[in-house]
Amino acid sequence: MSTPIPTRSPQELDDTITGGIGESPLRPDGVLKVRGEFAYSSDLWHEDMLWGATLRSPHPHALITGIDTAAALAVPGVHAVLTHEDVPGENVYGLKYQDTPALAADRVRYQGEPVAILAADHPEIARQALKEIVVHYAVLEPITDPERAAHDTTLPKLHPDGNLVRYQRIVRGDPDAEADVVVSGVYEIGMQDQAFLGPESGLAIPAEDGGVDLYLATQWLHVDQRQTAKALGLPLEKVRLTLSGVGGAFGGREDLSMQIHSCLLALRTGRPVKMVYNREESFFGHVHRHPAKMYYEHGATKDGDLVYVRARMYFDGGAYASKTPVVVGNGTTLSVGPYNVPNAKIEGWGVYSNNPTCGAMRGLGAVQPTYAYESQMDKLAAALGMDPADLRIRNAMSEGSANVTGQVIDFPAPVAELVQRVKDMPLPPENRTSPVDIRELPGGASNTTHGEGVVRGIGYGVTIKNISYAEGLDDYSTARVRLELLGGEPVAMVHTAAAEVGQGLVTLQQQIARTELGVPRVTVPPADTGVGDAGSSSASRQTYITGGAVRNACRAVADRVFARAARQLGRSPEGMALSGGKLVASDGEVLAGLADILGDEAIEETREYHHRPTYPLDPETGQGDAHVQYGFSAHRAVVDVDTELGLVKVVQLDCAQDVGKAMNPDAVIAQIQGGSAQGLGLAVMEEIQVRDGKVRNPSFTDYLIPTVLDMPPMRIDVLERADPHAPYGVRGVGEPPTISATPAIANAIRAATGLELPRVPIRPEHITGT
Amino acid sequence: MRVNVTVNGEHRRADHVWEGESLLYLLRERLGLPGAKNACEQGECGSCTVYLDGVPACACLVAAGQAEGREVRTVEGLADGDELDPVQESFVERGAVQCGFCTPGLLVAAHDLIERNHQPSDAEIREALAGNLCRCTGYEKILDAVRLAAARKVEAAQ
Ligand code: FES
Ligand code: FES
Repeated sequence: MSTPIPTRSPQELDDTITGGIGESPLRPDGVLKVRGEFAYSSDLWHEDMLWGATLRSPHPHALITGIDTAAALAVPGVHAVLTHEDVPGENVYGLKYQDTPALAADRVRYQGEPVAILAADHPEIARQALKEIVVHYAVLEPITDPERAAHDTTLPKLHPDGNLVRYQRIVRGDPDAEADVVVSGVYEIGMQDQAFLGPESGLAIPAEDGGVDLYLATQWLHVDQRQTAKALGLPLEKVRLTLSGVGGAFGGREDLSMQIHSCLLALRTGRPVKMVYNREESFFGHVHRHPAKMYYEHGATKDGDLVYVRARMYFDGGAYASKTPVVVGNGTTLSVGPYNVPNAKIEGWGVYSNNPTCGAMRGLGAVQPTYAYESQMDKLAAALGMDPADLRIRNAMSEGSANVTGQVIDFPAPVAELVQRVKDMPLPPENRTSPVDIRELPGGASNTTHGEGVVRGIGYGVTIKNISYAEGLDDYSTARVRLELLGGEPVAMVHTAAAEVGQGLVTLQQQIARTELGVPRVTVPPADTGVGDAGSSSASRQTYITGGAVRNACRAVADRVFARAARQLGRSPEGMALSGGKLVASDGEVLAGLADILGDEAIEETREYHHRPTYPLDPETGQGDAHVQYGFSAHRAVVDVDTELGLVKVVQLDCAQDVGKAMNPDAVIAQIQGGSAQGLGLAVMEEIQVRDGKVRNPSFTDYLIPTVLDMPPMRIDVLERADPHAPYGVRGVGEPPTISATPAIANAIRAATGLELPRVPIRPEHITGT
Repeated sequence: MRVNVTVNGEHRRADHVWEGESLLYLLRERLGLPGAKNACEQGECGSCTVYLDGVPACACLVAAGQAEGREVRTVEGLADGDELDPVQESFVERGAVQCGFCTPGLLVAAHDLIERNHQPSDAEIREALAGNLCRCTGYEKILDAVRLAAARKVEAAQ
């Protein structure tokens, strides 16, 4: 008899770590994770469960003329085979526009689009049975050129409104201004993938009330719940979602993948259904970073003051809209970077095509223009005979500056200081003359060079990224905090729907509650839809927004403690505070133990946090206060390039970033290191290669992500210039380092080689010209 | 097919194993040990690294049948009861764990390195971990953790 498997479910996190805000307590999920006991969404298990699988279109563009599922259904061990006809609710979803079918009906618009799903006893049976589903396609010519998609109205329309998802123009000052020194360039950026390690997966369990419980890895439970319930034709309260362990996200889990499919199969079969994508399917199962083509022209005075920027940029959104509208919004509003630019004319197009769908990825919409304008800044510095860092410092925006949309920056913006700081960091020794450790050279242990033909270069990258959702969205979060005695000890419980995707949010929630309520013990139950919306774990917003909600809820709980204490002690609640499990007065006098005040009665409060309002852009001029807050970072990269083989070794990558307030300094450093690695990946290796709408490298063999051999040591300088408008002064941290690392490395490779290199990732053949 | 295998010191048996099943599937789905992770199942990421007869191997590349009669040690078998192995301890302490999906594989690889080489240089650590992808950390804290774990092993041995 084989050993039965225990049922696994998401864990309560109640580890007895300590530490308030500003400290660096360890993760409450750390020990579980190193023991292999943390239940990720692909680890979930239920007795009696079936395995779900998805049939995907082999064609980027085709009409579906018929689907025959009979043979698949006849395979022993197969329990259900479903197509679009089996979707009981609306067969359409989407984050911004409702344009994506849960299962394709009459047409497929990208290679890998889901057409049918099935559930079977064993994953292998499921895979085999997929082959028995017969789909008749009439193959169509794919639309693959985004620039054409934007302008050529004779192309077939992929969606009823045509192939343009969003056009945005920004005009500032005199759009036709002239300047002494002008540089221009055309820049391209390839399609990057989030490549989170934990595959899309989850377990759907049918419930007795006719609803379904879904345990999954996602970034935003409530938006999944809304979209899933709509497709299932069920009221929201019958579709309950619980977050299980998430193996990284980086934007790739914002759109739905297996959510609707697993629930459909569970409801149809009446059995729990587990779905786990393999790596190849994962490349087709989530959206990617928008590739872009950008035309830039910068004008400056002889002294190096920017006079104008003119840019046109094309973002390829692929088959469905996903976050393309936001990419166009961010891309255009952040298009000139953290610089003072009096005159600008910017245009951005986001289009539909038959390429893979693109959506959210770390640095959303800022990665593309930053690569372009930072390339331009170096070109301009060269034309002016200036030091590239000095040119940036000269033009750096600061508090009080107005950006390209006319929004006045009313919080610290220490851009010049960030650049100066990375510039002042010590450089690595020029060790190419002494005997070199071969592993330190481009090519590494493969022994391709002993230092001959290797040139060194230094480059800078600086960025501005909006934090949180923009352009008028009320982007809020909800937290429920409960304070009670457990075993005679006051314990706070923080319940939110905010997704911990690896970034450390659970630690932070505990830190805030410990600080606000003065209790050492804080527990965090799994995030689920049993509490109000927390918004997405994206746009660097959770520390700010959910952090704000947890703070508000804690303070509401504390106020009730004070009121109760005031009654019990017969004194005014004025000046009371909670500290070290005690109630104290403003002069530090201990008034009572928290346990005495609480007694048997728990105090629970639920609060939201809403950031200050933002506004839509004027459709004609693109002017408007579109963003809540900005994050800034600067990188300096040092690279060695083997010019004969085109191999690059990033020798050092240093970063300075302003985080407003380092809530957990170690976690901040970790975000900067991890983000920088993704930026490095985009600079020199990461690209989903698409030809004629087909993905050519959907595997970790062919889609390269940086290894420990690729990442150099980093010096990191963290500034804390509090934002007076944000809880605790925080500034979103997660995205900026990804954005500025890429151009720093690209600029360093240019500095080393003198080549134009107008496209990332920069591959060996771009350097060798072969 | 029936497979007998010793996992973390315990004899385990699985019945009705399919020919095509990997050791990773056997561990995760049949033996209830999902610690080894399924990130690529192509031998590229190292997330599924386990000891097979004392040698680190990608469990996703080993057929379940190939494990017949052999000894497997997974991340679940690194700790001694409640006591974490130094390499586990230092990963937690040094913040080398973010999402943690790469962690089990990295732990086995790092554990093996330190067993073989008590005082690895940075270049040696990098070489030993080069087959394990991590998407979250940028590796710096993982290197810190391995350095610390190695130092602790040396200390413990003295
Ligand atoms: S899962 Fe085995 S190497 Fe990636
Ligand atoms: S911590 Fe997420 S992949 Fe390494």
